[in-house]
Amino acid sequence: MSMRRRLLFTLPLLALAFLAVVFALGLSPNRDPRAIDSPLVGKPVAGFVAPALVDGQPGVAVGDLPTGAYTGQVVAINFFASWCLPCRAEHPFLKKLAAEAGIPILGIAWKDKRKASQDFLDELGNPYFRVGTDENGRIGITSFGITGVPETFIIDKEGIIRARIPGPLSADLIEAQLLPLIKGLQK
Amino acid sequence: MITELGHYALVLALVLALAQSVIPLIGAQRNLRPWMALAQPAAVGQFFLLGFSFLALVHAYVVSDFSVAAVYENSHSAQPMIYKVAAAWGNHEGSLLLWVLILGLFGALVAVFGNNLPLRLKSRVLAVQAMISVGFLVFMLLTSNPFARLSQAPFEGRQLNPMLQDPGLAFHPPMLYLGYVGLSMSFSFAIAALIEGAVDAAWARWVRPWTLLSWIALTCGIVLGSRWAYYELGWGGWWYWDPVENASFMPWLMATALLHSAIVVEKRDSLKAWTILLAILGFAFSMLGTFLVRSGVITSVHAFAQDPARGLFILALLAITIGGSLSLFAWRAPILKPGGFFAPISREGSLVLNNLLLSVLAATVLFGTLAPLILNVMNLGTISVGPPYFQTVFVPIAMPLVLIAAIGPFLGWKRGDLPGALQRLTAAGVAAAIAIGFAWYMAGGASFMALAGMALAAWLFIGTVIEWAARVKLGGPLGASWSRAIRLPRSAYGMTLAHAGLAIAIVGMTGSIAWKQEKVTVLHIGQSIQVGDTSYRLDDVRKVAVDNYRADRATIVASQNGRFLALLKPERRQYLVPSPPTTESAIHSNLARDVYVVVGEPVGKGGWTVRIYVEPLVLWIWLGGGLMALGGIVSLTDRRYRVGAPSKVLVRKSEAAARA
Repeated sequence: MSMRRRLLFTLPLLALAFLAVVFALGLSPNRDPRAIDSPLVGKPVAGFVAPALVDGQPGVAVGDLPTGAYTGQVVAINFFASWCLPCRAEHPFLKKLAAEAGIPILGIAWKDKRKASQDFLDELGNPYFRVGTDENGRIGITSFGITGVPETFIIDKEGIIRARIPGPLSADLIEAQLLPLIKGLQK
Repeated sequence: MITELGHYALVLALVLALAQSVIPLIGAQRNLRPWMALAQPAAVGQFFLLGFSFLALVHAYVVSDFSVAAVYENSHSAQPMIYKVAAAWGNHEGSLLLWVLILGLFGALVAVFGNNLPLRLKSRVLAVQAMISVGFLVFMLLTSNPFARLSQAPFEGRQLNPMLQDPGLAFHPPMLYLGYVGLSMSFSFAIAALIEGAVDAAWARWVRPWTLLSWIALTCGIVLGSRWAYYELGWGGWWYWDPVENASFMPWLMATALLHSAIVVEKRDSLKAWTILLAILGFAFSMLGTFLVRSGVITSVHAFAQDPARGLFILALLAITIGGSLSLFAWRAPILKPGGFFAPISREGSLVLNNLLLSVLAATVLFGTLAPLILNVMNLGTISVGPPYFQTVFVPIAMPLVLIAAIGPFLGWKRGDLPGALQRLTAAGVAAAIAIGFAWYMAGGASFMALAGMALAAWLFIGTVIEWAARVKLGGPLGASWSRAIRLPRSAYGMTLAHAGLAIAIVGMTGSIAWKQEKVTVLHIGQSIQVGDTSYRLDDVRKVAVDNYRADRATIVASQNGRFLALLKPERRQYLVPSPPTTESAIHSNLARDVYVVVGEPVGKGGWTVRIYVEPLVLWIWLGGGLMALGGIVSLTDRRYRVGAPSKVLVRKSEAAARA
């Protein structure tokens, strides 16, 4: 019997060995399978300009972050959309976050029609310091690498992304993770 | 007391399984008949012990004995009886017991009805089966004892996860386990054949009923699961490419491949090593599914008890079982005699292509499921793989599979006539063209994928009908066709039904993906919303109280072009035990489309979030899936393949071969 044929029949075993190693590493208690960390955490926000949702009011732009109206402040950027149900669920907690952490939240309506976003905020209330729009979704994807809405980023005083929260905020999350983090950044 | 006896029976079953996994194997090697014969009573005894143990567990749930930890965690005294019983296997520990119980059942079936099997093969099969049993029993007794007691019995239980309180759950997991464990039978036969060093047509016939049984069960389990996800999760989708869904889908793909390749082994004595490998991999995927669901290495909506210690144990079990069998494969499979040769264009050729495509499909699903884990542990970052990956990679590979499913049956063994086959499929080609035109006309335009899906479905359906018509020589004298039709083997009908079912399911999948409409809005009482040609008016939202939950029940009147269509009553439920509210969708279903309504949280004063989905043709998915399973059942009743029924001649032949 040829060696090649023997080798061929060993392939499945090698594939299994590889997977077994991966699984064993995957079982390590230090790993959180839910974490999808963003490579952007720890990096400065890449430049963008999100036009204002309401004409005549300021939008959200990168120049604003470290230098503009909120220079030297910790801020949160929240991507939302009127068509997104978890955004509805998250909505009350945005107000909570703004009030308890004492930071401005900048809202960006992602892949949403202006009228719809406006109705959404009229209906539920506006928790945002400023609201910008990202109708074709490009800012969300290129500057923040978001995978959907809602998604929230915490930016420190130097304009560096410090945390990424994919999915809706919750009371637990705010109290257990965000408030301590923001307190630390505000020092 | 009964609970302790159940636990004790489990330990006894382990002891018996240990004996069954060693003694008959030695007997088969040294040709000691009494040693081999031990496998039979041991397998039957094991089944009875496991059955007793399982009933003892169900008993604890039925009487709501909250001193048993698992009962406390998963049941509640106000839970309806059916969910008390279903809760017994709706959790990690209980589901494992069900798993080994089915394993025991199949072992006992081989022991009792496998009289036609050569004794040596039978004892080896039962020994391998018992080894699997030992692995799972040790796992259960050491890490996941379903009978563990609490030191202080709580007054009330924590109830079964409300999402799981559904008739679908009562049958979905047992079906899947039946399928997973059925693959362990094919696996045991494969290992026994490797030890024996011979695979022949008789072997293929013995394996077939088990593969078929597990394929039917997997098909039913997946169909039920997708149906359950559709109406219970409240998002109107029927497949999410969730890791756990994938975990049941990969064994299905493997079982499908195995069914087809075993035909080649049986008819043409070829593709032996490959078929053995498929049998091993089918079970490997079952084990992998068990590992993924229960270890917590991957995130999924199916959160089972996730415990790294258990994960490590199953991983070890998987490494030993599958690593051992693949080593055996690497060592013994090369000595299997290659069988008959065939031209690339032939029935065998089409079945090889089928196998190739199914394996590639399983590999793409495996890769998509594990990629986040692989990249993560190799420190290459974190990613999530979602439906877009699967849709772009899976669907284009599945398309040629459907294309050849219609052609293959027209090709002859050894050397086929492709132009001839295509010529006979002219009508199917015409049907495909008509389907494209019809879909285009009905939907007012469509994407390429949608049209291709419809065309392929029409091609496969009509192609399958033509193949059946050709077999019974429809168009000749009616009486002769009739007698041919009733004499046609059941397995042939099985194929016809299964292929037709696949075609029907494809219509549903294509339709519901391509032309789905959805709308989310806030409605006040009396307000309406228009979706397509149908308007929905929210008439009323009423508070109701049922057994173990309270609900807001909305009444929504759907009218099509001004005429009354249906009364829909979606609910938003709050179960009595603290848990997030769940939604209960209301669905109006017909062959053309489903109207799917969900009521969400209240908004402001008297407003309600209402979500409306229109899912065209979605019912066809489950009808098609059901037809496929029916095809399997019809094929299973084929006289020639009935469990353990292969003729004595074949037994003698293969015994002679084994001695030679």
